[in-house]
Amino acid sequence: MVGIKEMVVVSGKGGTGKTSIAGALSFLFRNKVVADCDVDAANLHMILRLDEVLATKEFFGGKKAKIDPERCTDCGKCRDVCLYDAVSEDFVIDTVSCEGCGACYFLCPAGAVDFDERLSGYCYVCSTEDNGRFIFAEMLPGEENSGKLVTMVRNEAREEAKKAGNELILIDGPPGIGCPVISSLTGTHLAVIVTEPTPTGAHDLKRIVELTKHFQIRTAVAVNKSDINASYVREAQQFCKDNGLVYLGEIPYEPKITEAQKEAKTILDIAPDCVASGAIRGIHAKLQSILEEL
Amino acid sequence: MSKMQYAYDKDMKMMQDRNIAFASGKGGTGKTTIAVNLAYFLSYSRQQVQYLDCDVEEPNGHIFLKPKIDKSRPANVLVPAIDKDKCTSCGECSAHCQFNALVTLPKGVLLFPELCHGCGLCIHICPERAIRDGDREVGLIEEGTAAGDIDFIHGVLNVGEPMAVPLIQEVKRHYREHYIRIIDAPPGTSCPVVKTISDADVVVMVTEPTPFGLHDLKIAVSMAKSMGKPIGVVINRQNGEFPPLDAYLSKNDLPVIMALPEDREIARHYSMGKIFLKELPGYIDRFMELAFNIGRLAGIRKETRQVKEW
Repeated sequence: MVGIKEMVVVSGKGGTGKTSIAGALSFLFRNKVVADCDVDAANLHMILRLDEVLATKEFFGGKKAKIDPERCTDCGKCRDVCLYDAVSEDFVIDTVSCEGCGACYFLCPAGAVDFDERLSGYCYVCSTEDNGRFIFAEMLPGEENSGKLVTMVRNEAREEAKKAGNELILIDGPPGIGCPVISSLTGTHLAVIVTEPTPTGAHDLKRIVELTKHFQIRTAVAVNKSDINASYVREAQQFCKDNGLVYLGEIPYEPKITEAQKEAKTILDIAPDCVASGAIRGIHAKLQSILEEL
Repeated sequence: MSKMQYAYDKDMKMMQDRNIAFASGKGGTGKTTIAVNLAYFLSYSRQQVQYLDCDVEEPNGHIFLKPKIDKSRPANVLVPAIDKDKCTSCGECSAHCQFNALVTLPKGVLLFPELCHGCGLCIHICPERAIRDGDREVGLIEEGTAAGDIDFIHGVLNVGEPMAVPLIQEVKRHYREHYIRIIDAPPGTSCPVVKTISDADVVVMVTEPTPFGLHDLKIAVSMAKSMGKPIGVVINRQNGEFPPLDAYLSKNDLPVIMALPEDREIARHYSMGKIFLKELPGYIDRFMELAFNIGRLAGIRKETRQVKEW
């Protein structure tokens, strides 16, 4: 039995319904903290019933270099050492290309480079109507280091869970398999993959499962919009069997999920009796029992 | 040549040698679907087209374009190679590394390759000259030809590898001159997207008329605007009215360059991995209009550029 259990909802492919399902699940689990780790494009706060923002924390993602023309002697050293081609011919640093490695700052013979932390985003701790805490973040557009902001969100979530004595942290993860996804997955106890029965869904499912295996995280799979293509649903079932993954079940395509989103609600609120809502409750029950076994 | 045909060729010319990036903010809005169908349409209209898949975490364009891959090679990034005999564990390299990729222990320096950004600072900093250039594979670059004569290229990131940006830059080194270059960007708005659209002449934002779609569109638009990019919006899976989207678009002077309805037939062909335009030729007019609109946006860009040069 571990202390606080962390469960993360991911998808590989974007737009499979990850957030809609995570939102619905968050109303079914009790005694939990919810964290939105899709810091590029956070959406979960739009369907959870937030009470108020309790704390806003600044996020500094890293440093960026800036050349002071007064001190610069045009020697060209910075252009030689920058491997990102971020220094222009007239010695201006392009902040988009700058990775913040500091090579120009440390190696400039004239000491003409400033290298300061930049505000890259915000992290919010909120209270919700059901008294659980909700943490989400916003990355300022075009800023770097979303993985580090994900870590900040997760640390805040752990703090809140500890304070309130919660047993579960439910994380809505970002799409893809790169840096922010890795930060969302590492050290969690259970990964829930929401996939869709399409060739792209199947392709991306394999890659995200490879990733959860790589980190040795217990993995469960749910197929959303399951009536699009039956053969891919069977493929997903077989894939789970072959790879020792828990198959959670299917959620049929439900246009009311979009309607719920438009009303800032989850499907469980506006159509509790539809097949999709029933399927989500079934998935919740299975997840609950997996979490209890951990 | 009819007047129509003439206007059309002129607009196509506007797109030549231009980078047309497809972005979205939110995932799953149909970026890849629109990009591959446009590539198919342009190639079908006898234009020279290159399709570059920069969504290296989850590249999907190949599922629809089904390219014949004729070149495949690993993509490497720079990592420090530390000469243990020369290293004195002085700690200079780890003290300067901004990415915590190096840790100095009494017996030597430990490298965490997946944290390394390949900047080479440690190589310059080491007083003992104990660090050299090494390399590390982060993924695969594959090139080929698709659907007739679309020049196809994509990057496939190794699973477990966080460094997507160097692979994206590797894909973009393959730009072909005079081609219309269709660039499929990853979802989101952080570094991989910024690097993908950094040299785009036009950014096509593919959105869906839902609150999530709109919320993420706003973030993506503010990113592209801050980079000074001309933006056109494609509304995918339109189904009835969604006034907040219309209000946002008109308030911000964002042109809608194409709208596609929610159509089960499109979804069906998608779910079979097909280019839907091939099966549903009724949509050709919409892609013609899309090409025309992108051409105009690229043209605006071209003209302002010329003004600058004068």
